[in-house]
Amino acid sequence: MNNLIALIPLLPFIGFLINGLGRKALSKGVVSIIGSGTVLASFIISVLIFVYHYYSATPIRYFDFIHVGTLNIPFAFQVDQLSTLFLLIITGVGFLIHVYSTSYMHEEKSEHFGRYFAFLNLFVFSMLLLVLGANYIIMFIGWEGVGLCSYLLIGYWFKNINYTKAANKAFVMNRIGDLGFLLAVFWLIARLGTVSYDEVFSNLGKLSHGDILGITLLLFVGATGKSAQIPLYTWLPDAMAGPTPVSALIHAATMVTAGIYMIARSNALYALAPVTNNIIAIIGAATALLAATIALRQNDIKKVLAYSTVSQLGYMFLALGSGAYVAAVFHVMTHAFFKALLFLGSGSVIHAMSGQQDIRYMGGLSKKLKVTYITFLIGCLAISGIPPFSGFFSKDAILLSAYEHNKILYIIGVITAALTAFYMFRLLFITFNGKFRGTEEEAHHVHESPAAMTLPLIILAILSVIGGFVGVPGVMMRGGEKLADYLSPVVPVMEHQVAGSTEMILMVITTVIAIAAIAIAWMRYKTYKEESVSPVSTFFSNKWYVDELYDTIIVKPIQKLGAIANTYFERLGIDALVNGVGKMVNYGSRQMRWLQSGQVGSYVLLMVVSMVVFFVLEFFLKR
Amino acid sequence: MPINYYIYLSIALFIIGIIGVLTRRNAIIIFMCIELMLNAVNLLLVAFSKMHHLLAGADNAFAGSDAQLFVFFIMVVAAAEVSVGLAIIVMMYRNTHSVDVNFLNRLKH
Repeated sequence: MNNLIALIPLLPFIGFLINGLGRKALSKGVVSIIGSGTVLASFIISVLIFVYHYYSATPIRYFDFIHVGTLNIPFAFQVDQLSTLFLLIITGVGFLIHVYSTSYMHEEKSEHFGRYFAFLNLFVFSMLLLVLGANYIIMFIGWEGVGLCSYLLIGYWFKNINYTKAANKAFVMNRIGDLGFLLAVFWLIARLGTVSYDEVFSNLGKLSHGDILGITLLLFVGATGKSAQIPLYTWLPDAMAGPTPVSALIHAATMVTAGIYMIARSNALYALAPVTNNIIAIIGAATALLAATIALRQNDIKKVLAYSTVSQLGYMFLALGSGAYVAAVFHVMTHAFFKALLFLGSGSVIHAMSGQQDIRYMGGLSKKLKVTYITFLIGCLAISGIPPFSGFFSKDAILLSAYEHNKILYIIGVITAALTAFYMFRLLFITFNGKFRGTEEEAHHVHESPAAMTLPLIILAILSVIGGFVGVPGVMMRGGEKLADYLSPVVPVMEHQVAGSTEMILMVITTVIAIAAIAIAWMRYKTYKEESVSPVSTFFSNKWYVDELYDTIIVKPIQKLGAIANTYFERLGIDALVNGVGKMVNYGSRQMRWLQSGQVGSYVLLMVVSMVVFFVLEFFLKR
Repeated sequence: MPINYYIYLSIALFIIGIIGVLTRRNAIIIFMCIELMLNAVNLLLVAFSKMHHLLAGADNAFAGSDAQLFVFFIMVVAAAEVSVGLAIIVMMYRNTHSVDVNFLNRLKH
């Protein structure tokens, strides 16, 4: 069984090697089969683990990865309930997205098609390594791997300079976060001499309060980078430059939840750091609200979904900060379903519109794209938290824990929920309702996507509907919180302090608010008209000018500094030194040229003179 | 006879050789001057060898004649070397119609 577990990440890696090395030789069909097949095989193994409960509290060791002095970091996998859940999400949703990609990317050249699948498989490999690793170092390898693949796939169409810049931005932002992660790992090694989860969590008593605060905060910095939280979230909306299935897989369903996985995995550490938890909750709530307000006024279908992702990730951090780890993981799962669905749906729309992403030039697509429309509607209902769709249960669990943690954060959460419902249905109505506003040619071209694209949509839609039933609140159904029971060996379950009746009232409130927001969106956007421009809306549509702010306070000064260093250190210092050496040699040799006259006599004379000089030195001066 | 005379003679021969090499341009004369320097050294070798054995207390007339044997060998080898050198000079003359060494600065270019 241990070998079988090793196969889970290894299979996509083999797929990566085959597709990457053979991209020029293999046909698109073969690439598709290898790309999707390896992930499907990993999914099947993950299901086997899930079905046969092959969990172990102790890590499965394969070999020594680093062994220096007293520090021993084994290459080991941790297969427990938490990692298995993530395995299922990554390989399951990943497989659907691979299948979807075979159709979506079909117009690419065969060579680039192979490259795309190679990167996608490498991503799945890294992500599996991240969740399977039994210590922070293995997690970090996966963590860097997914960052790399994210970079490669955002810049997949590398001939477009803006896309390349977006890829760079994503990579740099992630690196800033990674530094925090790395420092936290160093701190752990310095204090405990180990990075294995089981050893770290059983030795927490050896850490002082300062240590725990520092480590948790640094780990959280890592999480803000990867999971797009304030202040490092600006890369995620730009990451929409990548192909849409990539956005669905990496920037919605899996990679961006790595930060949540990491903190949920380290829950024992975070349980001892109330200050960090408060910071996480506040940043999560702030991010959720900020991103939701920006999403209100975006006109690019993928940008709306990107900001919605940032906002939902904020929700998850709000849950983590409130101590509701199960709720956060629950939302990761449901979010993976409905956000992947929404992204793939938007991909289907973009595909039908031949690349058009601006919703102002869409409209009336519901008649022609029936499957896409219905699945997209389900996704919107799920993300808006309408019962009985999956988003309702996970969002409710988060809001309940926020309510118990802090009333202000709860109110922010509810406002965000209302905004979420509003902007998602604004998107839905503008895109699918009303009259078609594109060109004649586009109108003629609009068609439903092929089965390889609609099938994943349908499966994800079904999952978005039923996915929430694994976490039905106890007040509704006794023993309904199956996910919490399932995860209880790894993640502590928070007992609710509020009365059942209060819980019910909270649920009703959020539902009513969400429905009201949908109704407002319906009245406002059932027929499309130009949106009015006000200072507030300009502020939102310009994303709170955060990019400009970062540009002014960070990018520009660094570029200035670089320019100064360039003029003074590079050109006047290093260049001058290097060129000076060359010039000196040049000048010196020109002066020495007369020595090589070609006259044998002068050579002999020099020889004799120098011999005489040596004789004089040897016999008369050496005393 | 004191050793000093031998030393003075061979230094004189050697310096004559050097001056000849430095000042003359005719390749054959330079060659002869080189031979002169070589033989100055040979002379010194024989003289020192005799002195060395006499100082060590040898009493027969053949003591120290091993250097003379050496010198014969050196002369043989020098004769072989001279034949090579003269051959080069002959080739040089055939190519340039001159034995002037200052004429041989073509390698510079």
